[in-house]
Amino acid sequence: MAIDLNMVIAGAAGQGVHTITGLLARILVRQGCQVLYVQDYQSRIRGGHLFNRIRVSDQPLVSSREGIDLLVALNQESISRHRDELSRQGVIIYDASEVSDLPAGVNALALKAGDLLPDRQAAEVAINAGACGALLGLLKVPLEPLMQLLLEAFAAKGTEVVGWNHKAAAAGYRQGAAGGNRHALAGIVEPPRPRLLMSGHEGVALGALAAGLQFLCAYPMTPWSSVLNAVGSRAERWGVVVEQAEDEIAAINMALGASYAGVRAMTGSSGGGFALMVEALGLAGCSETPLVIVESQRPGPSTGLPTRTEQGDLSFLLYCGQGDFPRAVLAPGTPAQGFALTARAFNLADRYQLPVIIITDQYFGDTNVTHEPGDFPQEVEIERALSTGPAADGYERYALTADGISPRRLPGFGPVVVADSDEHTPDGHLTEDLEVRVKMQDKRQRKLTALAQELGGITTAGPADAPLTLACWGSSLGPVAEAVARLNAGKTPARLVHFSELWPFPAGAVTAALGSPKKLVMVEMNATGQFNRLLRQETGINADHLVLKYDGAPLTPEYILRALAGQA
Amino acid sequence: MLPLDIYQGIEPAWCPGCGNFAMLKAFKQALAELEIRPEELALISGIGQSGKFPHYVKCNTFNGIHGRTLPVATGIRLANQKLTVVATAGDGDCYGEGGNHLLAAWRRNPDLTLVVHNNQIYALTKGQASPTTDLGHKTLLQPRGVPYPPLHALALAVAQECSWVGRGFAGRGEHLTGLYKQALSHKGFALLEVLQPCVSFNKVNTFSWYEKRVYHVEEEPDYDPENELWAYQKAKEWGDRIPIGVIYRHPRPTLEELYPVLQAGPLVRQQVERPVAALLADFI
Repeated sequence: MAIDLNMVIAGAAGQGVHTITGLLARILVRQGCQVLYVQDYQSRIRGGHLFNRIRVSDQPLVSSREGIDLLVALNQESISRHRDELSRQGVIIYDASEVSDLPAGVNALALKAGDLLPDRQAAEVAINAGACGALLGLLKVPLEPLMQLLLEAFAAKGTEVVGWNHKAAAAGYRQGAAGGNRHALAGIVEPPRPRLLMSGHEGVALGALAAGLQFLCAYPMTPWSSVLNAVGSRAERWGVVVEQAEDEIAAINMALGASYAGVRAMTGSSGGGFALMVEALGLAGCSETPLVIVESQRPGPSTGLPTRTEQGDLSFLLYCGQGDFPRAVLAPGTPAQGFALTARAFNLADRYQLPVIIITDQYFGDTNVTHEPGDFPQEVEIERALSTGPAADGYERYALTADGISPRRLPGFGPVVVADSDEHTPDGHLTEDLEVRVKMQDKRQRKLTALAQELGGITTAGPADAPLTLACWGSSLGPVAEAVARLNAGKTPARLVHFSELWPFPAGAVTAALGSPKKLVMVEMNATGQFNRLLRQETGINADHLVLKYDGAPLTPEYILRALAGQA
Repeated sequence: MLPLDIYQGIEPAWCPGCGNFAMLKAFKQALAELEIRPEELALISGIGQSGKFPHYVKCNTFNGIHGRTLPVATGIRLANQKLTVVATAGDGDCYGEGGNHLLAAWRRNPDLTLVVHNNQIYALTKGQASPTTDLGHKTLLQPRGVPYPPLHALALAVAQECSWVGRGFAGRGEHLTGLYKQALSHKGFALLEVLQPCVSFNKVNTFSWYEKRVYHVEEEPDYDPENELWAYQKAKEWGDRIPIGVIYRHPRPTLEELYPVLQAGPLVRQQVERPVAALLADFI
């Protein structure tokens, strides 16, 4: 990569870290840069320490990386926490009213609210807009797009506020531009088609909307809430009913009611909230009501680390619920994959009449990635798989069929539709006939046969005959893919295998994709290697090494490479 | 009036003499008189003897899990407001296991009817105290008698401005039919509690126990169910005299009316047109 710049914007919650990040990232993408940024925050509204890590390149980015070239420090803690990560040529841009102690010999640029906005109308505006300006000045990127974006962002607050922002941004820009050419972004050209900057959870939300989501019911919980908000803010425009439930149990049951009545419905939560939904997950299974559920993981057990990341719920999601019932579990690795898999989840849920769980996590949800428009499908095919038209006498909701899929009709559109959580006869009424019970259980399980055959979702990279394979699933795709790319660039042949369609386990596709590497390393964000256990259970394949991480901070390529070096 | 036999469901598995039989009869009579056809009705239930009720009425049915009738019923209304939706629950199912959903339903005001079969006991699990079992009532599990007072659900409903609150008694079939008809015709959330003696596990609150105590609130001179304070007094009254009839009425906008998207008709009948390019435009 000719350009690979890492910036960290750090401060206390409420100081404007996200404002600066959002503005900067959008401008750089508009100008033609590839941008990827990760949010790191604490479970509090004000104070504490939060930071965003923005990586900028002229090449597509799949992962965050360690190290800092430009640090925007809105308070003293930002310096003490991040100074060791600063590269040798690194620059600290800091709020002079908050930061008094700088590391010796470091390049630094002091922002003074009074200099940026001499009339001192609003110190916070001055620093936020001034920092954006200073960064662009250092990067030698034109100021005009920032001015335009500030106008768009603050027009609603009046011309005075826009004026303050413009003035502070211009002053910051002059300061930054005077700071030399070391970090100038050279050779960036505007792309032929505008690129998109999207987070994983926004990808999931858009995929659901594209698939025809009409009903979303949920209870807020970090990190799941960003899916809820991304749909909620677009609900009126696209005609979606979004209902905030009194608890997660209500959320999933209400979504099941809406789905039974015939609209595409979704709910979601994070660990503990999802745990409350488990009884109704079985209800979806037994009543064969289609439902898409997003489970956005955070480190457990119990309340755990509410705003951090982990892949620790996989085993739970595969097996939770009393009794045997079919479900599908999908785990996207990029925002575009989040879009595609969520759209697919709705078709699978409708066609197989079962719950489909999409596993995400805080890292996936809060990481914004630059995409090409072509990364997304132009159209999403919607397969409702409903039976319509005249009904034969004695319609049976749970008719016994060869593939286990019974004709599904909607209430209010013809014959009555009887759905039941009790074991039931084909016409939906509760029964204690034990022969019927066996037939019904077999019918439901039969649905898995065809479903397993159509799953795959495996991404590979690197030479097929590489002696080393790094396998991973879900949100670990980016860091592992970059680690593999760096290994290959460093003349260590390595291969990436990533899984995104996890259950029913596509054993044939997985075995074929893995081949027989000399050394198989499984990279997972949990303490026990949950996917490796699944792989062993379903195929007999066992990783030679596990690279695990469960400290709550995101996975990085450097972490993986250090772990591999330690094993060598 | 429609013929009653169109509502014929499967054979009930209740105990002979159960108060639920009178409820089933009165309910079908109300449906027939209101001319609600089986395919226009969705009957939602949870678990308990009340949970079996929808199987005994031919209509659209969702028999879900314990305590969760109201969220399912609300979801159905939001997806298809053309369906008449009735949730049937028991005192344990609705006042115990699913209490939070009752609080939310009072606030939301979905246009549906909740019928609470109140027999003041957990019958399906063979006789433990329910949230409405009277203070001092002895059971196998509470041999010294229930140590705390019962839940006054109707008083809570009035306090929370539930848009229609009524109580019926399985021993007064015609009166109960009238209450079903009013509850089903009411626009907004209607809570109809029905005193329904359990002949197997409640030897205290029997048919004759209720028969001696119930009186028709509408026969009180000048009773006005829209007078909140008066309604609250009637809702709290329990003991020697137990009021039945329409206790409280408070017309309010329904949940369905509050969603602009639903003003175009039932969600399930709306066409969804969402070009991917238009969805992606926000991110450029």
